[in-house]
This record gives sequence, C-alpha cells and structure tokens, in this order.
Amino acid sequence: MSTKTYPYYPGCSMQHDNHAYAASSIAVAKALGFGLDEINDWNCCGATEYFSVNRLPAYSLVARNLALAADEGATEVVVPCSACYFNLHKTDKNMGKYPELGANVNKALAAGNLHYDPGTIKVRHLVEMVINDIGLDTLKERAKRPLYGLKLAAYYGCLIARPESALDDTEQPMMMDKMLEALGAKATPFALKTFCCGGHMTQISEETAFEMIHKIIKNAADGGADAIVTICPMCQLNLDVYQSQANRRFGSSYEIPVLYFTQVIGLALGLKPKDLGFGQEFVDAKSIVSKIQESPPPKERPARRPKEALPMPAMPE
Amino acid sequence: MKAKNGTTLFDRVVEATPGGELLAHCLQCGSCGGSCPSGPDMDHTPRGIFALINAGLEDEVLSSNTPWYCVSCYACTARCPQQIPITDIMYTLKEMAIHAGRYDHPQAAKFSETFIGFVEQRGRSFEAGLATRYHLFHHPENVVKLGMMGVGMMRRNRLALRPASIKNTEQLQKILAEAKSIAAKGRRS
Repeated sequence: MSTKTYPYYPGCSMQHDNHAYAASSIAVAKALGFGLDEINDWNCCGATEYFSVNRLPAYSLVARNLALAADEGATEVVVPCSACYFNLHKTDKNMGKYPELGANVNKALAAGNLHYDPGTIKVRHLVEMVINDIGLDTLKERAKRPLYGLKLAAYYGCLIARPESALDDTEQPMMMDKMLEALGAKATPFALKTFCCGGHMTQISEETAFEMIHKIIKNAADGGADAIVTICPMCQLNLDVYQSQANRRFGSSYEIPVLYFTQVIGLALGLKPKDLGFGQEFVDAKSIVSKIQESPPPKERPARRPKEALPMPAMPE
Repeated sequence: MKAKNGTTLFDRVVEATPGGELLAHCLQCGSCGGSCPSGPDMDHTPRGIFALINAGLEDEVLSSNTPWYCVSCYACTARCPQQIPITDIMYTLKEMAIHAGRYDHPQAAKFSETFIGFVEQRGRSFEAGLATRYHLFHHPENVVKLGMMGVGMMRRNRLALRPASIKNTEQLQKILAEAKSIAAKGRRS
C-alpha cells in the first residue's frame, strides 16, 4: 500500500461549494495513510469557459499550474475534479503533441518567469490514484464496515472516460464499479454512466440541462440504485442540487442521493458520516447509512426474461 | 468558396484548431450528432456544421447556435471514426463568432465572459459572484429563483460569499496578457 504524499491540485470548487468532497478526501487519505500536499499558489483551470472562447490564454492559465508543480520538483499531480483533471491533462498532452502551441504557451509563461516541458508531470485523477496505488485488495481488507446491501450506480461523468484521458473504456468504464463491489456494495447496471451532467447548461439553457439531469437520474433509478456515486464536483452539484427542479419539469419524484466516491469509501472504512461531509447534500443521503446491512444479502437469481422479450412460436391448441 | 482575405472558411477553422486538419477526413456519418446530449437544441448538428464549413457558408456557420449548445463532454470526439477533434472545433467556432460579432447565443458568451473576468482578476473562480453578476446583468428575471437557491446553498455551507485569490496575481496577469497578445497577432496574420 502506498503511504506517500502526493502533490495535489484541489481546484476552485473543492474550496467553495463542495466541502463534502474536500472533507471526505482528507479523511479517507488519513485513514488509508497517504498525504495530499497542495501545489503552492495554484490557480483556476478555467473550467470549460476559458478554453471555449480564448484558446491560448486558456492553455497558458492551466500551464502555470504545471510549471509551478514542476518547479516544486513534482513528477505527478493528483486532481479530484474531473474538469480540472481533464484541462491539466489536455494541456500537458497537447503542448507536446502540437509543438507550435507548446512554444506559444511557453512564450506566455516566460512573461511570468515560468517554463514547462510537456511530459514532466503525470496528471492523475484521485479515483484512479486510489484504485491503482492503494488497490482494491487493500480497500477490501480495510473495509471494517462493508457496504452490504447497498445498491450504487457508479457515475463517471463525461470527462474522465474520454479518449484524451483514456483512463478506462470510453463507453463502458468499470473501474469504479469494481471498487464499489470491493467495498461490499452492489454496482447497479447504469447505461448512462458516462453521459454528461450538463455542465454549465443549468445557467444558460435550463431546458437542455434539466433534460440531461433527468435522463441520468431516471437511468440510475431504473437500474435499482439507492444512490449515485460521483467523482466530480460539477456532476454532484447538477445531479443533487437541481434534482428537484428536474423532477418538477418532468413530473417525476426521484429522491436519489448523490455521493462522492470518497464518502462511500469512508463509510466502508468505518468513518463517521459527519466527518465525511454528510448533511451538505440537497437530497438527503443519511438514508443510505441505515440501508447498510450486517451481512451480505443472498445472491439474487437473475430475473426471468419477460415473455415478450423472446417471442416463441405458439403451440397449436 | 474564397473569403475576404483569400483563404477559405475551412482553411481558417483548420488553422485555428490544434489537430484541425483532420476535419478534411469527415465522412459525414453523423456519429457526432447522434452522440451529442444537447444535439436536439442545436440548429445544425456538428455534422451539418462541418458540411456548411466545407461549403464556405460563413454567415450560416458563425450565426449558428451549435457551438454555444456544446457542453464540452467530448462524446462526439470519442466516437468520431476519423478522430476529428470536434469539441475543439466548436471552441474555434465560438472564438471566431465572438471576434466577428456574429454569435446567436449571447447568454453562453456572457456567462463565459463573466467567469473569465473573475479568473483573470483573482486567479480563482467565484461561484457566488459569477451567479449574481451574470444573472443580474443578463437575466434579472431569475434573481428571485436564484436567491432561493443561494439560501439553500448557504444553509448547507456550500456557498462562499467572499472570493478567494491567489498570491501572485501579478505573475498570472502578465502571462495572460502575453498569451492574448500572441493570440491577437495570430489572428491578424
């Protein structure tokens, strides 16, 4: 098991509207024995806003973080937010892939006495770091309070599975499903696990955003999930905070809590829900804790296919 | 179709996008539009936009709402059989539309502008300021709804009322100013 301290890029939303993710990440890191050490004076990654309207300044904004990390002697950076992860990863990759872009970014960085050689920093998502460095065997071993009986939908969101990052399969990633199973929970079928949560659309076109949010929530509910597990502050915000508004628009009444994967790991490790930021969500997540059973539920027999699914020729009377 | 400065619209889109030359390989298969979660709200699917770019219909392309409905999820890019960086082309079209003063979807552009304003000034984003400034100036009718939401966020300790700031804002601003000047030179040439 890893006991090292990782250079850490928290991102703006960890500091403002997602204390639950920040608190649970720190609690879980402490319990599992690894450290997260913030890069000194990191700045915003620009989210999707900067890249979409002013490309070179956007790359330069992100590259400042990579340059600062490299100056501290880091060779990797762990990032808990999928959008920050994607932007840092994309900048590192594209500066190397497109030399003209790399040169221009470094020209801009030079104005601030900084320089970054692409490839110096390996950008890693927190969930990937926990799964690969800590390992599922360790998680299983350390799960004092396995999540027996919990049915959880692993929601990856869009950015972590895309080809630019290639952490897992782009259409059907499984790494978090396996992690949830290792913790004793049941990972439910979830076809829309990489469907986008809508990002900034809640602010720009509610019609577009609520339809996307509703689709994801409905798909998770249809799969029988007690809760959705996320790895990104934006996904958590959209699916949790706007769930009631999406319900209103579509006449549905879903109440599916949306948790961070670190909160779920924390529960399995036996940490207190209060220390994991429970209570900050809009859709109450405390019900989840009471659903955890003492022993593994009996294996369910797969449901029989309905007659209509495989029409067979009828026998003559 | 030749445009004003002798280059075609297609050439300029390709030139401005890292990896944009792959656009020449578009098969018009439509995987992009079929994969797009916000496709139903677009006046042209990405495939349609690429056909318009190829035909040099600049007005139609730059005034389209398509790039402004892009949610940056990269589903199209992941599924494109020709590996065209579709999301990045959408970004190029937004940039071109802003510089041509031709965009059809002012909300999205204003939202980005407001967000960037905070980042350039302080080096950090600021949700409470972003929401109030953007809605107050561009959607005053939403203020009551927004206020209720803000109270909900605050009750759960999820809304910082004071903006955070990095220490070395001066360094960041120098870097961004230099990047902007390089980008502007690129547009003029």
